Amino acid sequence: MMRGTAYVFGDEINTDIITPRGSDYVGADLTDILMSPVRPNFAAEVDEGDIIVAGEHFGSGSSRETAPRAIQEAGISAVVAESFARIYYRNSVNIGLPALTCPGVTEHVSEEDEIEIGLGNGVIQNHTTGRDVEFEPLDDVVQSIYDAGGLFKYYHATK
Amino acid sequence: MIRVKYADTVITIMGRTIAEKILSRASGSPNVVPGDHVFADVDLHRTSPARVLPIFEEEGIEEVWDPSKIVVVNDHGSQESIDEANEKSQARQFVEEQVIEHFYDVGHGIGHEVLPENGHVRPGELIVAADSHSVTYGAFGAAGTGVGKTDIAYISATGQAWLRVPETIRFHVTGEFPEYTSAKDLVLYIAGEYGTDVARYKAIEYTGPAIESLPLDERMVLSNMAIELGGKFGFTPVDSMVTDYVDERTDKPYEPVRADDDVDYEATYHFDASELHPKVSKPHRVGNVVDVDEVTNVELDQVFIGTCTHGKYEDLSRAAAVLDGKEVAPGTRLIITPATREVFTRAAREGLIEIFNEAGATVTNATCGACIGFASGVLGEEEVCLAAQNRNFKGRMGSETSEIYLSSPETAAASAITGRITPPGAV
Repeated sequence: MMRGTAYVFGDEINTDIITPRGSDYVGADLTDILMSPVRPNFAAEVDEGDIIVAGEHFGSGSSRETAPRAIQEAGISAVVAESFARIYYRNSVNIGLPALTCPGVTEHVSEEDEIEIGLGNGVIQNHTTGRDVEFEPLDDVVQSIYDAGGLFKYYHATK
Repeated sequence: MIRVKYADTVITIMGRTIAEKILSRASGSPNVVPGDHVFADVDLHRTSPARVLPIFEEEGIEEVWDPSKIVVVNDHGSQESIDEANEKSQARQFVEEQVIEHFYDVGHGIGHEVLPENGHVRPGELIVAADSHSVTYGAFGAAGTGVGKTDIAYISATGQAWLRVPETIRFHVTGEFPEYTSAKDLVLYIAGEYGTDVARYKAIEYTGPAIESLPLDERMVLSNMAIELGGKFGFTPVDSMVTDYVDERTDKPYEPVRADDDVDYEATYHFDASELHPKVSKPHRVGNVVDVDEVTNVELDQVFIGTCTHGKYEDLSRAAAVLDGKEVAPGTRLIITPATREVFTRAAREGLIEIFNEAGATVTNATCGACIGFASGVLGEEEVCLAAQNRNFKGRMGSETSEIYLSSPETAAASAITGRITPPGAV
């Protein structure tokens, strides 16, 4: 289930912030360095199922898949942002970590709000404020990759 | 774009963009429109063995789909650490086991320049590849775009990528570039004025007489930096300059793709190149752009000229024109990294390397190097660097407390001479 505490980040959280340089090399513990330039020890705060809420152009920069991977490994169940950078978005889809575009989300959700995402109905419930906000509907191709659990699960299901 | 459906036949009335035409052909869906998602057959794929191998193992995939359509370039670093050296070895082993036809080992240089130099980038083709700067191939009329490792593994296994058909925006540029300004100043101006997400999920077509007047190396700055504007593809025009270059390097047939005259672009932005001034991006965002005159008080520990954006011959030549007979300021390091061995060879033959060495610069082997904090120019704590490269994200070149400013090669060269950020016409 996608329900948990919201951690709110600003605009332009790029891949060098999410997983700083060099971290895609063998042996690096991704969760240790997650968000370290702006929020050291972030992964230690996260409980399984928690949700990142962010501003514009989340994940801009590198094609390194370590960015969504580190978020997923830390236990985050989804990222909801005003908008995403393109490569980050597809990397996130491919590993089965929902990346949901939701204009206005940073006005509706504050740090530490308890929120819940309905991937099927397109609604984010804010249990703290009692208000709902809708995210942009998912395309069929993207939905089918999420449904399979990621691109390679889709590969095995369709080949 | 208007479509009419009549008796199960879809008739397209409006003109079509380069991206729509290439993705229609590659997906076998003749009438794709922006917003459609398709599975497309890629024409060329640059893979990344160290990323792909663990996924192949985990997923039980033994063979790539077509070894003749896959390129491997051992770039980014040139064996700077044991971990990286092991990755390079993995790549060599992968190439041997999978019988990959096109392999460029450490020393050849940066993939985004190595591929066109060796005839792998052809107009009209779809190239989905490891590394975000794969948009560079748009200077040759190819739909180049970067993806991450799961995509790379999937494409290596199947030859297919899922892609959203992007809307296209156009940057139409007239007028002449003033002396000491170049493509970088234009693209930084766009980033500063319209933001680094102006082209998010979109294709860019750069058009107009000012673009057509640029040499290929300069057009590559625009296509390369398309990703810094959020873009999926960044096309410049396919003219005889492009086809002559490609024909010298490949015998394979290709079909150039051009936008129709009556395309209804999502947006068209008009610029007059003659109004441009040299630009600088301040730390830590590419879009944090000012005129060079506003930052002339910034003292520099290092100046770097290189990368897939500015390690080409034209870039080095512009820097050399500024540096000729001058010396780098005491207390400032100037590091110059040609993009490829071919560029290095030509720069040596034409006397550029001598100019750099006599000015007190350090010229390195062809690699990505300092841009990503790998080698020859890693920044220490609180060091300040002006880099002719593409990104100035916090900590990219080294210490989290270091600062990166971005500029053109000519502004970088002038600044190396004075030791502080300096307009290229002032030295």
